[in-house]
Amino acid sequence: MLQFSLTKKVLIWGVVALGFFFAMPNGFYSRVEAVNDARVQIENGNITPELMRTASNWPSFLPSSLVNLGLDLRGGAHLLARVRVDQVYEARMDDFWPEVRDALRSERATIGTIRRVDGVVDDLRVRISEPAQIARAVELVSALARPVTSLSGAGSNDIVVTSENDIIIVKLSEAEKILTDNRTMEQSLEIIRRRVDEAGTREPTIQRQGTDRVLIQVPGIGSSEELKGIIGKTAKLTFHKVISRTSKATQRVQSRQVLYPAQGENDVYYILEKTPVINGDHLTDAQPAFDQNNRPAVSFRLNTTGARIFGQYTAENIGSPFAIVLDEEVVSAPTIQSHISGGSGIITGQFGVEETTLLSIQLRAGALPAELEYLQESTVGPDLGQDSIDAGTLACLIAFIAVLVFMSLSYGLFGMFANIALIINVALIFAILSVISGTLTLPGIAGIVLTVGMAVDANVLVFERIREELKKAKNPRRAIELGYERAFSAIIDANITTLIAAVILLVFGSGPVKGFAITLGVGIITSVFTAIWVTRLLISIWIDRKRPKILEI
Amino acid sequence: MRLKLVPEGTKVDFFKLTKITFGASVFAMILSVFLFFFNGLNLGIDFLGGTTIRTDSQQSVDVSAYRAALDTLELGDVTVTEIFDITKPELNAAQIRFEAQSGEEAATVEVVSAVKLALMSIDETITFPQVESVGPEVSGELVKSAITAILTAIAAVLFYIWLRFEWQFSVGAIAALVHDIVVTIGIFSLLQIKFDLAIIAALLTIVGYSLNDTVVVFDRVRENLRKYKKMQLKDLLNMSINETLSRTVMTSLTTLIALISLFVLGGDVIHGFVFAMIWGVIIGTYSSVFVASSVLLRLGVKRDWDKLNDGKAGTQFSGIDA
Repeated sequence: MLQFSLTKKVLIWGVVALGFFFAMPNGFYSRVEAVNDARVQIENGNITPELMRTASNWPSFLPSSLVNLGLDLRGGAHLLARVRVDQVYEARMDDFWPEVRDALRSERATIGTIRRVDGVVDDLRVRISEPAQIARAVELVSALARPVTSLSGAGSNDIVVTSENDIIIVKLSEAEKILTDNRTMEQSLEIIRRRVDEAGTREPTIQRQGTDRVLIQVPGIGSSEELKGIIGKTAKLTFHKVISRTSKATQRVQSRQVLYPAQGENDVYYILEKTPVINGDHLTDAQPAFDQNNRPAVSFRLNTTGARIFGQYTAENIGSPFAIVLDEEVVSAPTIQSHISGGSGIITGQFGVEETTLLSIQLRAGALPAELEYLQESTVGPDLGQDSIDAGTLACLIAFIAVLVFMSLSYGLFGMFANIALIINVALIFAILSVISGTLTLPGIAGIVLTVGMAVDANVLVFERIREELKKAKNPRRAIELGYERAFSAIIDANITTLIAAVILLVFGSGPVKGFAITLGVGIITSVFTAIWVTRLLISIWIDRKRPKILEI
Repeated sequence: MRLKLVPEGTKVDFFKLTKITFGASVFAMILSVFLFFFNGLNLGIDFLGGTTIRTDSQQSVDVSAYRAALDTLELGDVTVTEIFDITKPELNAAQIRFEAQSGEEAATVEVVSAVKLALMSIDETITFPQVESVGPEVSGELVKSAITAILTAIAAVLFYIWLRFEWQFSVGAIAALVHDIVVTIGIFSLLQIKFDLAIIAALLTIVGYSLNDTVVVFDRVRENLRKYKKMQLKDLLNMSINETLSRTVMTSLTTLIALISLFVLGGDVIHGFVFAMIWGVIIGTYSSVFVASSVLLRLGVKRDWDKLNDGKAGTQFSGIDA
């Protein structure tokens, strides 16, 4: 047990050396972080002499991966949001309507006149004047169905058509809903990312979670409200034809019309045509600006198609008002003075300068396909995070020193061996966390402290066993060998049970708890390595050199 | 010259007072269950939904003024607690907590801003270093996954010990484990310390630690069972515990040293978490001797570890094993 082949020795020392090598950047945290930031900037083509100087502060042959600091340590905001994927179904049905209309119109002779009626949010309802021919109408609409092209939905169509008396009901099929949901989620993620990036925050984490959730973490931002402000609303911009103006919120509207409130004005509502003239998809640019009265406004530019539709509409409707609607609120409803042909315009509303800046970012990034609902959020101020780092570091150091002293008092030279192993152990934990880009959270620091306490356990088991074997008057070498041999099963069993707990924590836990599970789990593995290999190697070197007659432990 | 916490060759009879210790454990568990149902846990927003806001100020915290300022907002159930940290006497921090407002969302910007404004109106120097908000939908899931995590951990470990030992050991270990968790929940209910997700992590660590300790003792029991085939189980257990006593005390102490340092110096944010672990180490050490081994003694074990006997499982203690 105490003989090590050369390969084994090289391997053990190699792992230890690698551990220190990869843990080292964490010792120069802020410097390496600045260098990493500079390198990213340079890679993005942003080359300034200052950045080059910063980037050369850390030799490129050295590793530069760092342990990520969690939000609770660095400060920042965390949001868990649900994307209302079901809202997209309605838009899909609106897009589908012209196709259905044309199909039914072509057989006007048999099924009579048709009329779209309001339905439940996610379906399309059409009433026909000849209820007897409903089967024929359903058949016509069903013919429009397209097969769904996905693995799980193979064999099904994108729509389901049913009827109820004289009404045809068109809905998305389940398979198509799943596809739509996925697309909505991808778009939402992309648009959230663009908005957050444009606001100039660094290293945001934007991830999909489950079927309809998004996790957004932005370090360094002041508060989750600020983050919500940046992500903003859906920023769905549409232009509608105005039917009339009213002061009653409960005003009944006709089919295919909507009642939207005026932004910033109480008791002013507009009845609008539900189908917009044009929508934000035609937007190519949006910038904060000021109108002729020097009030903050947002200027926008439409693409060619948008400009043509808008031009045609304004030319035909001179003198009548049209509404600029943002997220179901009428921002303004100017009267069309003349034909607007250039495809650019300006939106004046009750805005502040900050709002116009955010709004133009959101409009440029594109509208979110659906609304977000915030399910969980948290903010940690940077000072509190720094306090936690300081407190955690101090606690770690004191714990470390106390354990070192305690071990050497209890086991003398062998205690020192265990201490060396403990130092190597901590280096290995940091090395592994850096390489796997693990995140260190406050509970994670607790995990490291706990590991420091428990890491000596394996050594204690061995040392106590060696003491026992010595009592049975074995010679030192034999006692050590037996000590290791007999303590082995206890070490393995004890650590595997703890590892099981850590893995389960990793699977079921979330956020900071995950951070704790990672450090605990990594700590267990490294502590077993250092206890079984490193300490034993140290003892074997010592015993070969000194050849002691009596062992004091 | 060496620091020896446990003298060599101890022969403590750990089962002498077994009636008292076992009785105490059972009593503590019953009391904990009682506390849990009648006193309840001080559940955090992780499990209930709602919002917590940490405040920090240059001026000292006036809890009743804070409360008065917030009462006008009609947020429902609001609690204001001052935060103390012995290492930072100059800290003027408090924790405001209110229940989830209507709907599924975590917290609306309006509500949080209203709370901040209300507090700033009575104290200009106030800052809000931490705001956390959990909607009811997520909190429900968190409870579910926390319970799943603990049950899965127990099941997985039960299985592992059953693989490595015999089923009686498994039962003994689980008895100790359940004892530790129940009594820890009891102390959290008694002291009304905030029970949140981090505490669940602490509980799982306790699971790991308690097992760690139990398994070391059991490992020695298994070894001695092979060695001393004729020894009375009670004496054998006693001998095994005495032999591993030095190690048990050493490891518990190093772990406790580390944890206490974290408790004192680590800041108030993780006090509850570290407290749970300190408590867990103490109770876990106790239970591996007084609960796990006692249960093992009661259940008895099969004594034909080496399969050298001719199949008739050998002693008076083996009656239970089929």
